[in-house]
Amino acid sequence: MFKIPINFGTRQLVVPGFLLAEGKYEAGPNVYNEGDKFYSTVIGLAELRNNVVTVIPLRGCYIPSVGDVVIGKVVDVITTAWMLDIRSPWLGVLFAKEHLSKPLNVMKEDARDYLDIGEMIIAKIISFDRTKNPALTTKEQGLGKIQRGTVIEVDPTRVPRIIGKKGSMISMLKKDSGCQIYVGQNGRIWISGKNREDEALVAGAIKKIEAEAHTTGLTDRIHEYLIKNRM
Amino acid sequence: MDKKLITEDGRRLDGRRFDELRPIKFQIGVLKNADGSAYVEWGRTKILVGVFGPRESHPKHLAMPDRCLIRARYHMAPFSVEERKSPAPSRREIELSKVIREALEPAIFVELFPRTTIDIFAEVLQADGSTRCAAISTAALALADAGIPMRDLVSSVAVAKVDGSLVLDVMDAEDKLGDSDMPLAMMPSKNLVTLIQMDGLLTHEEFVKSVELAKKGCMEVYAKQKEALDSHFRIASKEEV
Amino acid sequence: MTNQIIPSVKRRQIIELAESGKRMDGRSLTDLRKVEIKTNIVEKAEGSATVKFGDTYVIAGVKFEIGEPFPDTPNEGVMSVSAEFVPLASPGFETGPPDENAIELARVVDRGLRESKLLDTSKLCLIPGKKVWIAWVDIFILDHCGNLIDASSLASLCALLTSKLPKAEVVGDEVKVLDEYVPVPLRAIPINVTLAKIGDKLFVDPSLEEEEVMDCRLSVAFALDDQKQEKICAMQKGGVGTLSFEELLRAVEIAKVKSQELRKLLPSGEK
Repeated sequence: MFKIPINFGTRQLVVPGFLLAEGKYEAGPNVYNEGDKFYSTVIGLAELRNNVVTVIPLRGCYIPSVGDVVIGKVVDVITTAWMLDIRSPWLGVLFAKEHLSKPLNVMKEDARDYLDIGEMIIAKIISFDRTKNPALTTKEQGLGKIQRGTVIEVDPTRVPRIIGKKGSMISMLKKDSGCQIYVGQNGRIWISGKNREDEALVAGAIKKIEAEAHTTGLTDRIHEYLIKNRM
Repeated sequence: MDKKLITEDGRRLDGRRFDELRPIKFQIGVLKNADGSAYVEWGRTKILVGVFGPRESHPKHLAMPDRCLIRARYHMAPFSVEERKSPAPSRREIELSKVIREALEPAIFVELFPRTTIDIFAEVLQADGSTRCAAISTAALALADAGIPMRDLVSSVAVAKVDGSLVLDVMDAEDKLGDSDMPLAMMPSKNLVTLIQMDGLLTHEEFVKSVELAKKGCMEVYAKQKEALDSHFRIASKEEV
Repeated sequence: MTNQIIPSVKRRQIIELAESGKRMDGRSLTDLRKVEIKTNIVEKAEGSATVKFGDTYVIAGVKFEIGEPFPDTPNEGVMSVSAEFVPLASPGFETGPPDENAIELARVVDRGLRESKLLDTSKLCLIPGKKVWIAWVDIFILDHCGNLIDASSLASLCALLTSKLPKAEVVGDEVKVLDEYVPVPLRAIPINVTLAKIGDKLFVDPSLEEEEVMDCRLSVAFALDDQKQEKICAMQKGGVGTLSFEELLRAVEIAKVKSQELRKLLPSGEK
């Protein structure tokens, strides 16, 4: 058997360049290797699972991934597509055929009639490889233009905490507030309630989760917060 | 010119030994708008660094198809020095911006973000020597704070020759009156040099000793950088998911 | 931007050739290209020189002008070095104010000349605090085929070495410039040597194609002090690659040997 030197404790905080392990491992997300030496590329928490060395990042922008549902903001309109800010290094592109049921007649219609600058949509990433802009679609159940409600932003690395273990946090938020809530993987969250007060209540609760993400017993405290602040 | 920079018992103007750093205090995440930020008080040198990106390149023609463009701006506030400095970038600032960028870029995984730009802005609020070294060390923390994937941090320090002896971490008086100044930056866990400049007169032997002293200093700066990151992010490490 | 895309085939070729100690142009890793120096090219300048390193071609001119000293050095003359990347020198050069590369070049050349204390600026003072000689050193890149730093350093040096300082008489607050010349007060002579790092090899006097694929470069200037002892007087790393400490020290050793070789090529009478 080979020797397995692991250089970190479970969920230890590591910095870029930290030597995580030496030996026959695989590099997971946010880890790079030079030969059999494995290093962290970011500030994060180190983990070893099934021989794969991984670092969970504590900071960073949203990196698109095929299948992710995100909330995008229209920032530019080109002839047959909309360019979307999805809080990633690259603008997302939504081609007309991925949004409209019939082809856009560019002689008669303007793409802005359907989606204008500043409007927000819920969309799914259908292709991305870092060399081309991520492409999106809205042609699935639950996707499309946001017509009402509120959109707030949180650090994308905090999304898992807002969803909670097996969706526990988000279910509780929905149940306690009676609002519809959609958490985009890019850290944009759509909240739609019966009235603005309910939406503001949820927004406040989510900001509280983001700020206190590190503490324990958070689900209970958020529950109390919602009850106490509800009029 | 005859002012003594080192006393009989080997102390420098501020009481330091030849191989001592000034007190260095890094703070991380000090700006709201920047994607990553850090601030340092390095003796009396005070520098604020903000990082934006990776983001779409503007203007578009700057974008590179296979990697991220890194831009760095080193800039001194007009009030950062004794006599007001014009806010327009000087030749010195343009050169320093270039070498600072070249000192940081080897640490960044630029190939992960084709067609995008990372901007690094270092504003010197008060200059008291070794500003480029302090800017590089602080920028490395701001980049890490932005979550930008890096091979390593970058740590930097300058070594000078004053009154015939080599001293670590040059302050302004030593820079102005000293015989030589040699800033060096390195990726500390990789043991690789990312910046070296030198001016003044050094024998080959003195040069070799300067490099050794700078390396020791960089490792001490590295320890302080890690300490700063640790104390800023430690709370987060207790997070339950 | 296309000129920034590294031709990977060329890089591999250069690295593999270097394994057997050879280079694309037939040189060994430590060979300089053919160096040609011509002086007194421009009569209207107080000093001028062209230098060729292979096909790299630069010209430097020196003009002396009477001006004010810096407030912190009232008894000393001033030297100012600038560089222009003239558009005819490369398809990559554009008109406009000097970019960061031109500014870096000028400042690296300047540091070599300044730190070696080549020009005895104390002898360029006319009226303390009021009037001094300013030595303007202007570098023009005429053909960019690699290693501009060494060629420009040598051209600036040779222009200064062969320049003539107008004789001036001070009468009260007036300076009268005479139609005669005196030698420029010079001291230690700096010689700059640049090496490129490509892969794990060091290349002396890199050509343009070597520069295009290099990881980084290191420039080191050497000068003899008053006791004729050889000293390092300036250094600059450029480019986005890294150097190991071993490579750094090795590069300085090689540069030292090559600087001695270049020193022998200086215009006669100079050391």
